[in-house]
Amino acid sequence: MIGTVDPAIVDLSVFVLAVFVGYHVVWGVTPALHTPLMAVTNAISSIIIVGAMLAAGPTEVSFGSILGFVAVTLAAVNVFGGFMVTQRMLAMFKKKPAHGARAE
Amino acid sequence: MTANQVALSYLVASVLFILALKGLSSPLSARRGNLFGIIGMVLAIVTTIAITPNWTLVIAGIVVGGTIGAVVARRVEMTQMPELVAAMHSLVGLAAVLIAIAAVANPSAFHIVDPLPTGNRFELFIGTFVGAITFSGSVIAFGKLSGKIRSAPVVFGGQHWVNLALALVMLGCGVAFLLSGKDGQWVPFGMMTGIAFLLGVLIIIPIGGADMPVVISMLNSYSGWAAAGIGFSLGNSMLIISGSLVGASGAILSYIMCKAMNRSFFNVILGGFGAVEGAVAGAAQARPVKGGSADDVAFLLGNAESVIIVPGYGLAVARAQHSVKEMAQKLTEKGVHVRYAIHPVAGRMPGHMNVLLAEAEVPYDQVFEMEDINNEFGTTDVALILGANDVVNPAAKTPGSAIFGMPILEAYRARTVIVNKRSMASGYAGLDNELFYMDKTMMVFGDAKKVVEDIVKAL
Repeated sequence: MIGTVDPAIVDLSVFVLAVFVGYHVVWGVTPALHTPLMAVTNAISSIIIVGAMLAAGPTEVSFGSILGFVAVTLAAVNVFGGFMVTQRMLAMFKKKPAHGARAE
Repeated sequence: MTANQVALSYLVASVLFILALKGLSSPLSARRGNLFGIIGMVLAIVTTIAITPNWTLVIAGIVVGGTIGAVVARRVEMTQMPELVAAMHSLVGLAAVLIAIAAVANPSAFHIVDPLPTGNRFELFIGTFVGAITFSGSVIAFGKLSGKIRSAPVVFGGQHWVNLALALVMLGCGVAFLLSGKDGQWVPFGMMTGIAFLLGVLIIIPIGGADMPVVISMLNSYSGWAAAGIGFSLGNSMLIISGSLVGASGAILSYIMCKAMNRSFFNVILGGFGAVEGAVAGAAQARPVKGGSADDVAFLLGNAESVIIVPGYGLAVARAQHSVKEMAQKLTEKGVHVRYAIHPVAGRMPGHMNVLLAEAEVPYDQVFEMEDINNEFGTTDVALILGANDVVNPAAKTPGSAIFGMPILEAYRARTVIVNKRSMASGYAGLDNELFYMDKTMMVFGDAKKVVEDIVKAL
């Protein structure tokens, strides 16, 4: 009777809720890990690689799929670089038992 | 795979990304969190490959980009982390623009009807201009951070009016793109994208080097919104969720940085700070300070019961963190209680100093945030300030001072204060620091690394 909901409205609902989730999760991040936070959010934002893959994926190669290829390459730099550099940083924050025992 | 299966696996990936950020609430859970993030990304990519008709270009791109990313991630030095992050933001921005252009050229690849409906045009417009501003802004930020371009603010008359006019023209082109059909769409779309690239440059050039922590957080936020914008165009909830997480994260970090510098976000963005005021401060006076040598410092530190080290940007520039760690270790062996106090804006990006200290293998339970350690200074024998200035300036407590209200590390409350600086030059705020002239303060001039190494020798 009132018809179906426009998919854009569904997207908007997801967006608003996700911003709330992001807000609360990020305030919980300890300040000491703000640099790794930035590196990992960088890796996560390269999720647009999914869009790039759609552009690069059609059976017929065209102008659009070449752009898609370039975008996949750029985003892949971030996917690998972002997660790996985060891992490297976090490994430095590993608890060192010898020091921990002596500290107090 | 059916569309429902794809959507469900994207949902799982989105949840894994949220868990990745949640893990960062403590150093203990952080690495597991990162693993969740990696699993989420692999799941998203594998699912997308499964629905891709032609894998050739996709796999080629992942191999080429992935190799570059892996090599860079292994080689980069921790002091270069701000540059790396800026460079990565620019890649996200450019990728968003390219995807948007591809979507305009060939909507059917994205399962969008051809010709593009107005709703999709609107979403692509947002994704494109945010992506373009992120790209060119990040390139400038990268240049400033890596010293490839001058980090001083570039200001010219009517700058804000030029930016406003360009933004309006860009919006006009966007509206023309919305109303255009398949034939006339490229001219307004191209102009809009070009102006957005230009705006990214103009927005970042007036912001000085010391404000980089805010800029880099802001671009982090933009890169997230660009991803979310592309998610709207493609009707993909995973992109919307991930982009929003990143956007919120960058926005919160910008807020924290601005607060730590006691400046409003607009004040930073409108820029030019430090260019004008820094010049005035050069005309400081020649008040007497008490100088000392590395040997004197070693004597004071060796006889103290408790020491708090306040590392500042000067320490990072001198790459002295390893020597500092060595010094702290020697002191700990002598029975001195050593702790580190970190101001939120120490370093060139949020949390930068913590990473530099962690790299030097300083145990993180000796490193304290400002709120947690400020009450401890009063009962501490020696506060050792290495390459920091404004963040320990007691003028922040005096009404009327330019930095009044800025949260500071209360090092002036320690029984003895030792300050290492290269010279008496004022800090970024261009203010004189009363702390340097106090009776209990000893100034040690010289490069932080050299001075700390001398202290280690003398201990």
